[in-house]
Amino acid sequence: MKDIVTVDHLRVEFSTDGGTVVGVEDVSFAIAPGETLCVVGESGSGKSVTSLSLMRLVEFGGGTIARGAMNFTRADGSTLDVAAASPQVMGGVRGNEIGMIFQEPMTALNPVFTIERQLTDGLMLHKGLTQQAATARALDLLKSVRIPEPERRLRQYPHELSGGMRQRVVIAMAMACEPKLLIADEPTTALDVTIQAEILALINRLKRENGMAVLFITHDMAVVAQMADRVVVMYRGRIVETGTVQQIFENPREDYTKALLAAVPKLGEMKGKAQPERMRLIGDEAARAAQAAPKARKPKVLLEVNNLTTRFPVKGGILRRTVAQVHAVEDVSFSINVGENLALVGESGCGKSSCGRSILRLIEPASGEIKINGNDIRALRGPDLRRARVDMQMVFQDPFASLNPYRRLKAQVAEPIQNFGLASGAELEARVLDLFDRVRLPRDFMNRYPHELSGGQRQRVAIARALALNPKLIVADEAVSALDVSVQAQVLNLMMELQEDLGLSYLFISHDMAVVERVAHQVGVMYLGRIVEIGPRAAIFDNPSHPYTRSLLSAVPIADPAKRRFADDLNFKPISSPIHPLGYKPAPSTYAQIAPGHYVLQN
Amino acid sequence: MKRFKTTKGLIGIVVLLAIALVAIVGPMVIPPDAATAMDMHARRAPPSLAHVFGTDQLGRDLMYRVILGARTSLEIAVSAVVMSIVFGLPLGLISGYFGGFVDNVLMRLVDTLLAFPALLLALTISAVLGPNVQNTIIAIGIAFTPFLARIIRGEALKVTQMPYVEAARASGTTDGMIMVRHVLPNIRPALIVQGTISLAFAILAEAGLSFLGLGTQPPAASWGLMIQASRDQLDIAPWTAVVPGLAVALTVLGLNMLGDVLRDILDPRSK
Repeated sequence: MKDIVTVDHLRVEFSTDGGTVVGVEDVSFAIAPGETLCVVGESGSGKSVTSLSLMRLVEFGGGTIARGAMNFTRADGSTLDVAAASPQVMGGVRGNEIGMIFQEPMTALNPVFTIERQLTDGLMLHKGLTQQAATARALDLLKSVRIPEPERRLRQYPHELSGGMRQRVVIAMAMACEPKLLIADEPTTALDVTIQAEILALINRLKRENGMAVLFITHDMAVVAQMADRVVVMYRGRIVETGTVQQIFENPREDYTKALLAAVPKLGEMKGKAQPERMRLIGDEAARAAQAAPKARKPKVLLEVNNLTTRFPVKGGILRRTVAQVHAVEDVSFSINVGENLALVGESGCGKSSCGRSILRLIEPASGEIKINGNDIRALRGPDLRRARVDMQMVFQDPFASLNPYRRLKAQVAEPIQNFGLASGAELEARVLDLFDRVRLPRDFMNRYPHELSGGQRQRVAIARALALNPKLIVADEAVSALDVSVQAQVLNLMMELQEDLGLSYLFISHDMAVVERVAHQVGVMYLGRIVEIGPRAAIFDNPSHPYTRSLLSAVPIADPAKRRFADDLNFKPISSPIHPLGYKPAPSTYAQIAPGHYVLQN
Repeated sequence: MKRFKTTKGLIGIVVLLAIALVAIVGPMVIPPDAATAMDMHARRAPPSLAHVFGTDQLGRDLMYRVILGARTSLEIAVSAVVMSIVFGLPLGLISGYFGGFVDNVLMRLVDTLLAFPALLLALTISAVLGPNVQNTIIAIGIAFTPFLARIIRGEALKVTQMPYVEAARASGTTDGMIMVRHVLPNIRPALIVQGTISLAFAILAEAGLSFLGLGTQPPAASWGLMIQASRDQLDIAPWTAVVPGLAVALTVLGLNMLGDVLRDILDPRSK
């Protein structure tokens, strides 16, 4: 069968202040009808530039197609070289014969138009349908992407829909004109794992039913394993390796592919292992072998949290009175031992971040007890609270926003030490040097500014800053989520190494089950502000007992093409609202112990 | 691109230095009564060799007046803007950083001041205090404070929500230190832009006050006063407006160029 699209020696250039920058160079691939081609790579690999070129949208971002051809087989069987097509011709192809799904479902929809308007616009433009016919078709489309209550959705605005529903609308829009090629650029990266599973299953079903070709751009090897027929691995604007998904995963030829695959944690690979293990990094085998056997220490409780509750007011009305409350954290209890990790996992809005920040009292809990080394944090005021923070520090998700762009790194790492007057002059200098050494950053980075560093390097600075006070507990809030997979592995290994050396404990807040499986001693699964299940890692992963834990685990993509999970349509129960009227008294959390240390929420 | 930035900055600095030089050296070289000496035979004389910039309706030499007026205008404008920063910056910073009750109280105060047109406010203050240079500065300074406070508050609010501020708080930095170390440097670009724009407006505000008889008192010269005086003779003697107008425009241009460059120099990301 004739390929839908063949890309030949594509080269895209961007002109910048500093001269011409090559976005992609010598990229060639082909996609057959009914085939999914995954383009995978880390940030800056040129994968998005490739997909935007195919839509000729790259020009709007300042790029030019300098060389190469992109032959697209049109609906009438003729061949069009997209690279040379006129803007008028492209206007008829874009959104009509090539559909596109973007990463951010909120920004891809116009907030001031109803869903009906967004869907029917393209139909009336490209297919010349009447308003009535277009509306009928829009309804069909919403049904085909399995949105509940499709008639009502037509009259709603984007903000009235959940993230998952919005992405379904975006897909419905892309499918509206029955494109021959669907380009999906990181379509599930901004979504929770259960919604990701739904969307991936939906794309698979639509592909099967319509015989479309799919160009799927992603950074996530696990998603690649689940979705791809063939894979293109990109690195720095060039193709590293092309092959079928089985070839790439079972028998990668290139070192880069091997390294990329090695760094990906696979859910289930830690079965039967009692202790966390460092991530695999190519060239780092020696360090891994040297991983010290965990010191047998008597379990000693470091942090104890009892019945913690945090609420946020919802203001409304002319007088901005509190009209309702968000029950962000609801009756949560757990403890962390010295030198151990507790991972809090859950989807966005489940209260895991609020929980971590309540413990540091960066936000004020409504009630409950927080004790670190027996010291009651909630009883402290003013200067005492400030001093108590010596024992607990935080690493944030976004390495770009958690460092002050106007201060030298040296000053930012030294700040906590200066705050408590622990050292000054040469002693301070020496301690900062030592911290840079500890997080394996070159010493000459000390005088640099944050923008001169990569994401991973910045996160190391953030860790150095958190270590400056020799804390006992570090709250790591999605600390590796924004990083590329190989960088993520390096930072995780650094964190585990520091734990072994310094006897730190981590409260590890994450949405990534595969990472959690690798690093945690204890796992707490959060849902709607409560911990629904908590226990030793092995117990949670081997014997998930709460229905939510089970559905969460079943939605995680596994980086192994032999273990495909999203063949059929999935529909997970949407998370209900944690907003309750004032005076609402939720029932206390009661747990049943199903194994030693393994508790499941009863109500 | 980079070279353009530095030439732009260089032009700005050269223009401002030249103006400052004229404002400082001018009064030393020119006899003090040169700006007030009237020549009734050469009223509204167009620019010529005798009067390079022409003369005004009383036959006063515009070159001397614009040079001697520079000092008054710049002194008032710079002092007034510095004053509005001294009051407005802490007000906006504290309001934006602490939010909540503090913010409500301070901003209602600022809103009350904003409800009056700035010139009317300056007029009232100036009328109450009496017309002299010092009071003009106080009047314009107070009138400009709420605008600055509003802008600083907005910026401070934005910066306070950044994770690096939370990180600083988590590592035991006190509120005062967070404001100085983290919030202030990040609102500096907005402060520079607003400051340079305010300078231009302050020159014009002084003109307005002078026009109403409350700023610079005739026969002393200021740019504003000169522009206002040219109002009824625009058709017959346009140079009386063009000369002081150009002086204001040149100053503002120089300030804006310098402001842009200053902002870039202070931003480590632009290097």
